[in-house]
Amino acid sequence: MNEDPTPHHRPTGHPVSRRSLLSRSAGIAAAPLAVSGFAAQPAVAQSAASDPRALMPVTLRVNGRDHRIAVDVRTTLLDALRENLGLTGSKKGCDQGQCGACTVTVAGRRVLSCLTLAVSAQDSEVATIEGLSSNGEMHPMQQAFIDHDAFQCGYCTPGQIMSAVSCIAEGHANDAAEIREYMSGNLCRCAAYPNIVAAIEQAKAKMGT
Amino acid sequence: MRPFLYSDTLPSKSEPNTRFLAGGTTLVDLMKLDVERPEQLVDLNRATLPDDLDRIEVTSGGLVLGALVRMADAADHPEVKSAYPVVAQSLMLAASQQIRNMASLGGNVLQRTRCAYFRDVSYDACNKRTPGSGCAARDGHNRLHAVLGTSDACIAAYPGDFAQAMIALDAVVETDQRKFAFAELHRSAAQPHLETILRPGEMIRSFSVPAGDFRRSVYLKIRDRESYAFALTSAAVALQMSGDRVGDVRIALGGLAYQPWRASEAEAVLNGQVLDEASAVKAADAAFADATGLEYNTFKIETGRQTLIRALLQAKAMEV
Repeated sequence: MNEDPTPHHRPTGHPVSRRSLLSRSAGIAAAPLAVSGFAAQPAVAQSAASDPRALMPVTLRVNGRDHRIAVDVRTTLLDALRENLGLTGSKKGCDQGQCGACTVTVAGRRVLSCLTLAVSAQDSEVATIEGLSSNGEMHPMQQAFIDHDAFQCGYCTPGQIMSAVSCIAEGHANDAAEIREYMSGNLCRCAAYPNIVAAIEQAKAKMGT
Repeated sequence: MRPFLYSDTLPSKSEPNTRFLAGGTTLVDLMKLDVERPEQLVDLNRATLPDDLDRIEVTSGGLVLGALVRMADAADHPEVKSAYPVVAQSLMLAASQQIRNMASLGGNVLQRTRCAYFRDVSYDACNKRTPGSGCAARDGHNRLHAVLGTSDACIAAYPGDFAQAMIALDAVVETDQRKFAFAELHRSAAQPHLETILRPGEMIRSFSVPAGDFRRSVYLKIRDRESYAFALTSAAVALQMSGDRVGDVRIALGGLAYQPWRASEAEAVLNGQVLDEASAVKAADAAFADATGLEYNTFKIETGRQTLIRALLQAKAMEV
C-alpha cells in the first residue's frame, strides 16, 4: 500500500509531470548510445543490413544539432523526433499523412514527418517547432498565433506554425485565399481557421517578406 | 509495418519484391496499413542517380519532366504554368503543399487507389490485393468508385490528377529500359492486381510531352471540400481553335474511371465543330455513353458530364 511505485502516488519527492517523465525517459534511452557508440551495440548493422530487423545507425541533424541514434529502418522521422530525441513538439495526429500536425521542414521544405522514414532524412537539415525561437524570443509566427488566438486545444499548432512559416517563405501568402489554399494540409478540428489566416497575415508583415 | 531491407544503392539486377522509395507519400502510408509489403526498399532520395531525373525542360521540342521532380516544383514552374496550364493545375490542385513537396512525379502516376476496401486489410475480398478474393466495394460503400472502365473484378477509381494531363497531351514515358505512350502505362481492370506494364525493377525516368500549343488548357477538379481532397470528378482539356472551330481537342477524365481515362469519343464529336454549350453537351453525352453507376456513385455520371462541359467552355474562354 505505502510502497506504490507510481510517481503520482509517492508520498515524498518531487512531483513528476507527464512531459518531464517522457523527456527523461527519452534521455535515458539515448544516453548509452552517446557514451558507448554504435560499435558496442551488437544489433546495429554496419552497412547495408542483411537482417531487416537490425538497428541502423543514423545521424539526424535537427535544429542545427547532430543526433546519433540507432533506429529500426521502419521508424518514421516523426517517431525518431518524439521517441528517440525527446522532441515532442511535432505532433502525431493521424499518422497517415492527412492532418499536418507532424509538419517539419527537411532541407528547408515543409514535409510530413509521419510519412518520412528517419533513415531517409539523414544528411538533410531538419527543423522542428523547438528550433523556431531564438535567444528566448518567440518567432513572429508564434507571437502572431498568440495575438490572434489562432488555436484552442493547441494540438495542431506546432504543425500549423511550421507550415505557416514555410507558406510565407515559399511566397504563397499573398492574400487570404492563397493562404487558405496553401495551408489546406493542416487541419484544425477546433476550426480556428480565420484566426490562423489573420495570424499569418500579421507574421508576414513582421517577417519582412 | 513489416521489416524490410533498406538500401541506398540501386540494385545491379532486378531483385524480387523490391520497391523504389521516392516521396513515400503513398508507399509508406500503404506499408503502415500492411497493404504494401516490400522486402526491400531502395531509397532514391539517397541513392546516386543520373542528374536528369529532376530536370524540368520547356523547349520548342516540348516538355520534359524528370521522374524525381517533386510535384510542387513542377506546379510552381513559371514556364510550365504558362505553356502547359493543364499540367501545372493538375499538380497544384492535388494533395497539400507538404505532400507536393515530397511526392515525385514518377511516384504520383503510380499511386494506388483510395478504395477503402483496398486500403483496409481486414476486408478479405479485394481482387487488387488478393487475386480471386472478390470485391467488397461492389455491394459496399461505393460513392467514390469508378463509373467508367470498371470490370466485374474491380470498380476502384484511379485517384491521381497529373496522369490525366499526361494522357491528354499524348505524353511519352521513358524508363531505364524503354519508351512507350503514357496511355499504355496503366492496365485495364481485367486483372486488378496488375496495375501497370512496368516490369519488376524497371524505373520511370521521365515524362515527355511532344511539341504543341497547349496554352489553352485547363484542369477542372470537383471535390467534396475546396482543397486537399481527391477528385470526385475532374476533366483535363487542351484545346486548339482554328478560327471559330475546334482545331484539336484533347480530353481526359479523372475520379471517374478505373485508369487515367482519355475521352476519345468526346474529342471526335468536337473536332472541326463550333464549340458552344450545345456541342459541349453532345461531347459529354459521348464521353459518358458507356458509364455505369452503382448504388452510391451514380451521381458521378451527371457530375462528370457537367465537369466536362464546364471545362470545355472554360478552355474556350481563356485568353491566350
